[in-house]
Amino acid sequence: MHYYRAHVLVCAGSVCVTSGCRAVKEAILEGITRHQLEEEIKVVETGCMGFCELGPLVVVYPEGVMYCRVKVEDAAVIVNEHLLKGRIVKHLLYQDPNTRKTVTLMKDLPFLSKQTKVAMRNAGLINPEDIEEYIAGEGYLALAKVLSSMSPEEVIIEMKKSGLRGRGGAGFLTGLKWEFTAKARGTQKYVVCNGDEGVPGVFMDRSILEGDPHSVIEAMAIAGYAVGADQGYIYVRAEYPLAVEKLRHAINQACEFGLLGENILGTGFNFEVNIRVGAGAFVCGEETALLASIEGRRGEPRPRPPFPANEGLWGKPTLINNVETLSSVPPIILKGGAWYASMGTEKSKGTKVFALTGKVNNTGLIEVPMGIPLKEIIFDIGGGILNNKKLKAVLAGGPVGGFIPAEHLNVSMDYESLAALGTLIGSGSLTVIDEDTCVVDLVKFFVEFCHEESCGKCTPCRIGTKRMLEILERITRGEGKDGDIEALEVLCDYIKNTALCGLGQSAPNPVLSMLRYFRPELEAHVRDKHCPASVCAFLFDSPCQNTAEGGVR
Amino acid sequence: MEAAVTKCRCDLDAELGRVIARHEGKKDDLIEILYWVQKNYGYVPKDVQLIIADKMDVPLSAINGVITFYHFFSSKPKGKYEISLCNGTACHLRGAPQVLARFEKELGIKPHDTTGDNMFSLGLIRCLGACAVAPNITINSEPRARMEPDLVPEIINELKEKE
Amino acid sequence: MMKRVKSVDELIKFKEAALVKIKERQIGDKTTIVVNMGTCGIAAGARDVMMAIIDEIEKRNISDVIITQAGCAGMCEHEPMLEVIKPCSPQVIYTRLNKEKARRIVIDHVINGRVVEEYALMQQA
Repeated sequence: MHYYRAHVLVCAGSVCVTSGCRAVKEAILEGITRHQLEEEIKVVETGCMGFCELGPLVVVYPEGVMYCRVKVEDAAVIVNEHLLKGRIVKHLLYQDPNTRKTVTLMKDLPFLSKQTKVAMRNAGLINPEDIEEYIAGEGYLALAKVLSSMSPEEVIIEMKKSGLRGRGGAGFLTGLKWEFTAKARGTQKYVVCNGDEGVPGVFMDRSILEGDPHSVIEAMAIAGYAVGADQGYIYVRAEYPLAVEKLRHAINQACEFGLLGENILGTGFNFEVNIRVGAGAFVCGEETALLASIEGRRGEPRPRPPFPANEGLWGKPTLINNVETLSSVPPIILKGGAWYASMGTEKSKGTKVFALTGKVNNTGLIEVPMGIPLKEIIFDIGGGILNNKKLKAVLAGGPVGGFIPAEHLNVSMDYESLAALGTLIGSGSLTVIDEDTCVVDLVKFFVEFCHEESCGKCTPCRIGTKRMLEILERITRGEGKDGDIEALEVLCDYIKNTALCGLGQSAPNPVLSMLRYFRPELEAHVRDKHCPASVCAFLFDSPCQNTAEGGVR
Repeated sequence: MEAAVTKCRCDLDAELGRVIARHEGKKDDLIEILYWVQKNYGYVPKDVQLIIADKMDVPLSAINGVITFYHFFSSKPKGKYEISLCNGTACHLRGAPQVLARFEKELGIKPHDTTGDNMFSLGLIRCLGACAVAPNITINSEPRARMEPDLVPEIINELKEKE
Repeated sequence: MMKRVKSVDELIKFKEAALVKIKERQIGDKTTIVVNMGTCGIAAGARDVMMAIIDEIEKRNISDVIITQAGCAGMCEHEPMLEVIKPCSPQVIYTRLNKEKARRIVIDHVINGRVVEEYALMQQA
């Protein structure tokens, strides 16, 4: 087969034909002949490319540059500038009607173009059941690099340089965690991957485990080398059966290829990975509870210290990292910590995957550099609010997070800026709520979640969340009374300061956030028995609905 | 959508012995064993709990503690078709409560219950992670997206007709 | 055909070989259909789509088509999704599919080379 340096695709769909693509094609061919480029460039007629309104369309590969509304006289310019000199002809590019910016490549959908994919680099693109596809995309080369040319200390230095912070919620520096585990005393150590993605509304870990399981396996082996562990456990939620299936397959393949097991790549390094499937308990995402669950017990957290880095699985030093964190490791090793640290803000480096859900047009997973303004996420990538409603707030951090009200839409998405607003990046859930969403109802839903998921070990969490839930249930039924709001404030304070683990300590967050930003709405429920968003069934807006059968929405 | 219970009880009991033997002496594997039991028996019967306690040398109280702690395990038998509704935030915002209400009405049971003919169980699960296509349900762990209350009777009939 | 990779050099060689294989998708003579089969995709009906495609391809006895799968691409809103990669032409992502739409894509795009405009994601941009 003859290889051409470039391919010029001329759309010959019916619409483009009507708008004159054949003449354009002839003109391009003529230009190519004139410059004697026939051996280097091939012109191909294609079927409709789907942008009929912009035709005649010409796409030049390998770059994938798309020219729109090309006229016969433009053909000479494309040949002279682009094909001969390699310069893109700017005035023929597509212009986004909203932003007036030009879009060059077909992959530059607004949804995709604002994203920087590191952790999610392969998800959705490669076949997760075929290790060859992973290896073709530089897979396992990072492991090869550390085993053949880096000492464990150098790996940890590189990780520290990257500034990567734990993506599961706490945001602790990953390199530091690796260093603590490496320095802990003990010959037997473990690496654990926390895939207990329990926060409702986030699914990046599921996406990575299902779509790119090898990236996590490779990263665990790298971590094992760095901290001195030869065994790894991946703890996956029971709710993700497909992820478990893909992981099992991937682990088997990696073993067959000798990329797991004994004497990996002939370097003498041994590492094996086991899967543990969770059984449905949100609290197991907490690291000490997760360890208890791996050991086959009730997943109840215990006080720290000792931290798992010193006393983890079966009392041995254990490194626990979440899926998204691990998935970012191989690119950091290959491209260097400095590369990763060049993205993001001063204290929040790199990229973060957010799960965009709720009342927004483009729901899904997005990976963006830290520090991107929230507005860009919601309106540029997310495509704005569903049905052109008014944005009320964005809830960050799920049921243990807080609201970002519409007036703070320009906030930079990083750990520090969100903390200043009383919310958190957490595991990356962004739930968009519009004017039709009742904040009190939503907060009640979250408190109910935390109450049900409380393991019951410590009193503030077990009983405190129950009392908060009772108050909120009363308020949404129209039975709120004076002193309820104050009682909530006191309860929040107690629970936050006295609960044993992260679940309890953060359970009051949505309530506190509601008190901070939506106090008038809460007061309307309590004092006026009125739900401004018309959600709480017993507190309806209009009198006629109030007199109808109770509870009909 | 394979129904949960397919084999006869005596076959299962023999297999249970082999499964336990494979994990012999490894108390840490308790959850794995319970997983197998839940999947194959459809629930964790009391007598099976006793067998495990005896053979694994784990107190019955510890086994019961694990079963009641995790949502996945059940000590009550479940229906042939276990319909679970996702109860995550996105599903809640996009109408899961209305879908649940319709299932409750059509089946005449509340969540965590089973119909009298042992055909249907209704359950709630925490986020499936398919939030973008909410609301979601699963029928014997096979997911279905974009649910609406009006689809409920259709789904129930479809399952009934399989019989 | 599975083989152990015994050294770093072998891994790099293996990578190059695998890369060529994948590049052939763009320049070879086979069409590749990639169906996104994550949980979100399956929930939305990706299995039906996959079965319809396999059925249509088998029924017509077409041999130069590779059907493969990928995980969740993060654009779950648009599930079920698939991508058609034809040699020397732009890749097209189709969204919100069902059995009937999948069959039409096989007939129109894969066999006859006509992009099914109304299901293509690019049109929504």
